[in-house]
Amino acid sequence: MSRYLACTFAALLLTAVSAAAQQKATITGVAEIPFMSVPNFLKLPPGESLGESVAVATNSKGHIFVYHRRDTTRLFEFDRNGAFLKEIGKGYYGFEFAHSVRVDKDDNIWTVDEGTNLVTKFSPEGKVLMVLGRRPPAVDGPVVFPVGPNPPAQKYILCRPTDVGWDPQGNIFVSDGYCNNRVVKYDKNGRFVAQAGSEKAGTGLGEFNLPHGLQVDERGNVWVADRTNNRYQVLDNNLKPIREITNLGVGWTLCISPGPHQYVFHSNSNPNGNAPGTWETTGEIYKTELDGTVIGKFGKPGKVAPGFQVVHMMDCRNPNEIVLGEIESWRVQKYILQPASRTATH
Amino acid sequence: MKRMKLVLLVACVAASFPAGAQAPAPALNFDAANPLTLPDDIYLGEVGGVATSSRGDIYVYTRTGHPTVSMATARPFAHGGSRLFQFDRNGRFTREIGAGLYGFLFAAQVRVDPQDNVWVVDEMSAMIMKFDPQGRVALLLGRKAEALNNPPPRAGGAGPAGEGGGRGGGRAPGAGAPQDVFNRPTDVAWDAQGNIFVADGLGNARIAKFTKDGAFVKSWGQRGTANGEFASVNSIAVDAQGNVYAADAGNQRIQVFDNNGTFKSEIKGVGNAQAICITPGASQVLYVSNSNPPTDIDTAGEIYKMRLDGTMIGKFGKAGKLPKEFGTVNEIDCRSESTLYVGEIGNFRVQRVTMK
Repeated sequence: MSRYLACTFAALLLTAVSAAAQQKATITGVAEIPFMSVPNFLKLPPGESLGESVAVATNSKGHIFVYHRRDTTRLFEFDRNGAFLKEIGKGYYGFEFAHSVRVDKDDNIWTVDEGTNLVTKFSPEGKVLMVLGRRPPAVDGPVVFPVGPNPPAQKYILCRPTDVGWDPQGNIFVSDGYCNNRVVKYDKNGRFVAQAGSEKAGTGLGEFNLPHGLQVDERGNVWVADRTNNRYQVLDNNLKPIREITNLGVGWTLCISPGPHQYVFHSNSNPNGNAPGTWETTGEIYKTELDGTVIGKFGKPGKVAPGFQVVHMMDCRNPNEIVLGEIESWRVQKYILQPASRTATH
Repeated sequence: MKRMKLVLLVACVAASFPAGAQAPAPALNFDAANPLTLPDDIYLGEVGGVATSSRGDIYVYTRTGHPTVSMATARPFAHGGSRLFQFDRNGRFTREIGAGLYGFLFAAQVRVDPQDNVWVVDEMSAMIMKFDPQGRVALLLGRKAEALNNPPPRAGGAGPAGEGGGRGGGRAPGAGAPQDVFNRPTDVAWDAQGNIFVADGLGNARIAKFTKDGAFVKSWGQRGTANGEFASVNSIAVDAQGNVYAADAGNQRIQVFDNNGTFKSEIKGVGNAQAICITPGASQVLYVSNSNPPTDIDTAGEIYKMRLDGTMIGKFGKAGKLPKEFGTVNEIDCRSESTLYVGEIGNFRVQRVTMK
């Protein structure tokens, strides 16, 4: 038994180290963007705390939503100054293991839960408006940890989905996910339109190996963080691949700022587990133009703010105020980027 | 002559549809909307059942998630996972009934009897729970398994407790045991005398009859396709004469039995009959949902209105996520022929349907 454990541990270490080696971004000479971190940004009521803060988003009023893994998975709403407003979805069937929260242009709140396999659209007031996917029925008994090849992907069943986005027409795009390896397009009423990829992982363009983050730009192009392939892919609105971005390290997550001049932020997040050497080679966030021009980078791993521990999600509604959710430090930070940086090294 | 033409027309249309396909039915005008106002800390999950009382109260039995299995115990025990809510006729939240109840695991159905008792069917605890109008437990059928089988039994295999279930002491597959041990029961109904009929269900494939005091009378059915056999018993209703209507979704039909379980007829052309109801009163009609599978909203989903002899009156609705669309309907309440309440698995909601 102990030998088995030791072997497993060694294998895990090897995997972590080799992943970290692959994960070092190949781009060089990128300017540092100066920033400051706002300490103790969110104020929680007495007796409350954040768990793994894997998901953060803001709405048009600047309210901050944190979808986090605590006693159970929970969704908190804060005002723009970080004061706690309310909890949404208390005891909701679609909450088990948080992965993403995003806010659409109408301020509807969308959660992606990789425990229940559900994507849920809440109204701005927190009422359920639409559900995508289905939670495995409890009556079938405890779900055994999946082994072996994935079953064929189905139109309306998600398998550990990771993220959601919308084009200007309101079509819905879901990255799905940890067991499927695809991106799905639904119309605004939740009807299946198309998918790219499948249940099988792949390395070609239009194939994925753990699509982990997704956003859509104003032109309707779909940006996918293709994590295990260490790249991002850009797809057109019908999910035909346009290009890949391979020099920014692992494709962990991304966000795209709104407005006429959009910026993309890519996180080369330090991997879970803090394997030796990873703090030196990973963790930075890149700011780029839609055309791929890299503007600059900022941030690095650390247990103490403003360092971060596995950035899992970024909100960049304001491209100079980045809200960051971290896995391993159970916190949310706000980074204020210095204005001077915006024109650096075009 | 006019009648002759009509018969010819029906025959021709029928001939153009393969056996088992939907019978042609005129479209019925309807409207539908969510009637419930939920408090901020109450969320519906998959709606197993919705039912109304004589006062217009609305009861919703819903899967709320988090059925927890305790770790590091002698055996794995399961608790929680479903809740029963009561709303007034205007859809305002009134109260929760049975919070933390031992048998609330996986909502299947709620029905209200003529005396306004509230009956809850739980598919996972395999229990039928009767509450009086005040919300107190009044009668129980079945027993929740002490511990979970893991891996779980498959349909037609041993029951949740490793007893009863499909084995039934050497009886035919799905016939169950001649008692109140159920395997994934789905529904409950009563005749005018108060006899209780349980649809049992998805694990077993039988109907069990009990007296109004819960004494076992008999059961009938087993897994199969012949008359009197079921692929599954998904929903059940009893008419004023005491005939029993059983939705046999897997065989795409409703079977009609007399009060003692003797097969009388079948109604085909209703698709995946997952939910049925019969209106009260002198002139009764039947509603049945051809529910879409949870895996697909691009097929089925319509609800049929029929006479009790199976004559088609019309149909309405389709599968989808918008208002006036249906996501895997699991129960229809038709206390009124013109106002229905529909509970959906797929859309985590109840809709009030108004027939025009």
